[in-house]
Amino acid sequence: MKSLQIAAAVAGVFLSASAFSQALVKIDGSSTVYPVTEAVAEEFQKMKKNAVKVTVGISGTGGGFKKFCRGETDISDASRPILKKEMDDCAKAGIKYVELPIAFDALTVVVNPKNNFISQLTTAELKKMWEPGAQGKITRWNQVNPAWPDAPLKLFGPGADSGTFDYFTEAVNGKSKSSRGDFTASEDDNVLVQGVSRDNNALGFFGFAYYDENKGKLKAVPIVNPKGKAVTPSIEAVMAGEYEPLARPIFIYVSARSMDKPEVREFVEFYLKQGGKLAKEVKYVPLADADYKHAMDNFSKKKTGTAFGGEAEVGVKVSDLLKRNPKE
Amino acid sequence: MLQAADLATIRAIITRAKRWDMLFALLGILSLMVGVLTFTVLFVDMAIQGVPRLDYNFFTSFPSRKAANAGILSAWVGTILVMLLTALAAVPLGVAAGVYLEEYAPKNWITDIIEINISNLAGIPSIVYGLLALGLFVYYFGFGQSILSAGLTLALLILPVIIVATREAIRAIPQSIHEGSYACGATTWQTVSDHILPYSSAGILTGVIIGMARAIGETAPIITIGALTFIAFLPPAPFAGDPPAGLFEWIFAPFTVMPIQMFNWTSRPEAAFTINAAAAGFVLVFMTLAMNGLAIYVRYRLRKNIKW
Repeated sequence: MKSLQIAAAVAGVFLSASAFSQALVKIDGSSTVYPVTEAVAEEFQKMKKNAVKVTVGISGTGGGFKKFCRGETDISDASRPILKKEMDDCAKAGIKYVELPIAFDALTVVVNPKNNFISQLTTAELKKMWEPGAQGKITRWNQVNPAWPDAPLKLFGPGADSGTFDYFTEAVNGKSKSSRGDFTASEDDNVLVQGVSRDNNALGFFGFAYYDENKGKLKAVPIVNPKGKAVTPSIEAVMAGEYEPLARPIFIYVSARSMDKPEVREFVEFYLKQGGKLAKEVKYVPLADADYKHAMDNFSKKKTGTAFGGEAEVGVKVSDLLKRNPKE
Repeated sequence: MLQAADLATIRAIITRAKRWDMLFALLGILSLMVGVLTFTVLFVDMAIQGVPRLDYNFFTSFPSRKAANAGILSAWVGTILVMLLTALAAVPLGVAAGVYLEEYAPKNWITDIIEINISNLAGIPSIVYGLLALGLFVYYFGFGQSILSAGLTLALLILPVIIVATREAIRAIPQSIHEGSYACGATTWQTVSDHILPYSSAGILTGVIIGMARAIGETAPIITIGALTFIAFLPPAPFAGDPPAGLFEWIFAPFTVMPIQMFNWTSRPEAAFTINAAAAGFVLVFMTLAMNGLAIYVRYRLRKNIKW
């Protein structure tokens, strides 16, 4: 063990002698938020003529928070709010953070284009298909709605580690992660796209960007919102607040300690100014302009903590979130 | 005198045996084709998709949200630098360990245990090496999520391969060479440095290349230790930049490698990224082939000089 320590000491000397002199913004976290952050990082580096370096990793929302709460990253991408356990980890390490919603993702329920009997779905119908009790029992379309044909029901969805799965189960089944287990799960959304496009009896869900790129192969199902109106997912519908309850906000968390670094501060300001435009470009839904301004205000006032208190919520308005008094 | 009937029986036996021979040859060719054809189909499919995408810009551009602008600059530079460190760490360690086990180690139960362990190490899933490296290199030694950590991780991964290859190569040297050297009064080290290493270098090199070819495609351990996905700058070149970087500063730089870049592209919604992934895959296979080609050439050159 002694030799290990000597080696560590030697390594330490090496490291300190070669610490990076250049400005660096380190980001890690959710693969759902990645496309937006990547776009912002790309444009930011272009604008700064590469004087500031930005790195983005994909460790998943949970993996990203682990690194974030150890102080290894400046910013964490998150497709869901920070959880109680992660809040505790951060608190233990003395890491404070500002929570900033940066865009919406519209979870899109899709069926095969040859499916001609589905013109809309209610959350009650979705619940019938996806609730834990449906496992092994609800296996045919006509069991969900007698008007539908007697054909096998083939379900496709993201794996249980994904924030998309968490949000969908929360919105549809009322409890995060509570779902039937006998569906085809894949962490790779392209696999789900393939699955639904090849099976006439399939139904699946994933982020809007994957539907938008594969419009020819899939049919998006209009979802009946709490007001009783069936709404087809689109950027406009989410912005109008009509695509409920399957539109979810996505976030970045900025470490308060890193906010002292001018390059991190500048990057986040750039993110909140340009993020809306760039989010639209990568098929995510921008927030309202007022919300970006409000977020910017929270950021400059260093309002640390989360507006959620460690639990997921469905159907909450971003403008209300930003008004809340964040807890740590 | 053989009877005509006996002759007919013998001929029948020979014909039957030859038929079996043919059958086995056919089976062998079929088995071979399973591997060769699978590779060919995959490679050709990838080439058809990817090769049209290969142009100068693809090699000199950083990742981008626009598939047409995205390139593999940070990925191929990262892969080459990581491979360089892997070779620098694994070759001396592996060869020294192999030589020790063959030439120096006493034949007792401790050596036996070590040998069994080395064979077992070769079969450990690479993710386990990644987890070990995350604790040891990244946190304990404080190397961080750097090229150095990645190089050392992959070096650990291929160490057993190199040790085993070294030992095989040494065992292929005729015993008479050993004995001749010792008979002339050479010490073990003199025997090793003047005879064993030069004669076995071709075989060792083959093992090194097999190991490196495995390491170049590894994704799991590299992701575990924290390689990045979006990185739009290169490690600092020695003595370049302002203020000038040190000679070894690049080994502490954050990085990405080819397989990670490919993986990210295949999971993107836009179909154009799949083409990028195919192009990057083609480059990666080409890099492996180039390494193998180099190995064959060097082996040929080395073998030419050995005349027993």
